[in-house]
Amino acid sequence: MSPEAPIPASTASWLPVILDSAGPFSQPVTTLAWVIFTGGFVILGIVIAALTIALFGSPRLKARLGGEKAIWIGGFAFPVVVLTILLIWGLWLTSHLSAQRITGDEMRVRVIGEMWWWRVHYLDENGRETFRDANELHIPVGQPVLLDLQAADVIHSFWVPRLAGKMDMIPGRTNRLLIQADAPGVYHGQCAEYCGGPHALMGFVVVAHAPEDFARWQAARAPAPAAQGSAARGADLFMSSGCAACHTIRGSPADGLAGPDLTHVGSRRSLGAGILPNNKGTLAGWIADSQALKPGNRMPAYHQFDGEELRALADYLASRQ
Amino acid sequence: MLRTGVIGVIAISLNACSPTELQHERVDAASVRKGREAVERLGCGACHDLPGIAWPSGRVGPSLHGFANRAMIAGQLPNRPDILARFVRDAPALVPGTAMPEIEMTLEEADAITAWLQSLDES
Repeated sequence: MSPEAPIPASTASWLPVILDSAGPFSQPVTTLAWVIFTGGFVILGIVIAALTIALFGSPRLKARLGGEKAIWIGGFAFPVVVLTILLIWGLWLTSHLSAQRITGDEMRVRVIGEMWWWRVHYLDENGRETFRDANELHIPVGQPVLLDLQAADVIHSFWVPRLAGKMDMIPGRTNRLLIQADAPGVYHGQCAEYCGGPHALMGFVVVAHAPEDFARWQAARAPAPAAQGSAARGADLFMSSGCAACHTIRGSPADGLAGPDLTHVGSRRSLGAGILPNNKGTLAGWIADSQALKPGNRMPAYHQFDGEELRALADYLASRQ
Repeated sequence: MLRTGVIGVIAISLNACSPTELQHERVDAASVRKGREAVERLGCGACHDLPGIAWPSGRVGPSLHGFANRAMIAGQLPNRPDILARFVRDAPALVPGTAMPEIEMTLEEADAITAWLQSLDES
């Protein structure tokens, strides 16, 4: 439901996401994961070989395996050396991911974890807010983007596995994380710190655009024009049924702050914080009974609309591009 | 004589599973699979409880378990493939008061979803 050219979903690979890095800030995690997996298999091979000798080997080999020297080497020296090297190398490798790399020229976005969705505030170079969105982050490819990560209520953790490691979002603190996508695509994220009931349904979407597409996307951030037809009826219902108490739609009287900003909800790729496809059908289903889809989320089920009213509301929200 | 009879029986039974019929079943299975994929992609589960799809499992619309055995679509229209294919794309055009919005999909997807719904036989 986006006006831009379709962007490939970047989930085509058979690899698990942590082994399928899509940018420089997730690459060290992928490298480390491969080394640990491979090392683990090599050590498993050694243990199986030792076990085979212990069970079926000649008495002479068995005696050597059971000797004091083998215990000192295999049981003490080997783990100490391997784990020390791994620790030092791992710390060195991942130190490149810390905020030391921040140059100050990055595009900046503040992402605030809420129970159970994400506020997304785009910032200018002086850290002033330019506009607000929710549950979806748009970035240009090939350049680092600096995220100021905060939490409004409890601890959350921001994790888009193909773009960066995890970073906790802690109430009262701002943690910084750099992300970068090297190819256009849609990258999925997930809250990675248990934050109550529907934590597992707290998803996120990062959309990486080619630079010219990103400029076009930025230019199109003006609120959608006034609704027509059925959508206009939906707009009236939105204002009169209490929706506006929690949701903002810029360019309309709706200015609630408790729930996600819906100014551009029709152009988002997902609904309910990265969990459902976004179309008029899922919009109607969400409005009427979001509690069936994301039990415990803070939006009540709205059972008072008749069929036409529900469709009018879905039309209105789908038209907020 | 007997031999001719045996050959005749074999020929008849081979003819029974004629290539056209096999072909037809394969095409059907492929569109059922495509229909299921389209149902997942579009998120029909936001309103309907769908057999074989664990989540989402909405309650706004009716459960679609055993849909092939259901006489009516939306309690108003006969459950025929041609009507169903129109209904899944543009329900309000057929049932004006329905809460089910028109859903953006191709005609092929509507046919595939119809094939999938017709495969939900729990008789």
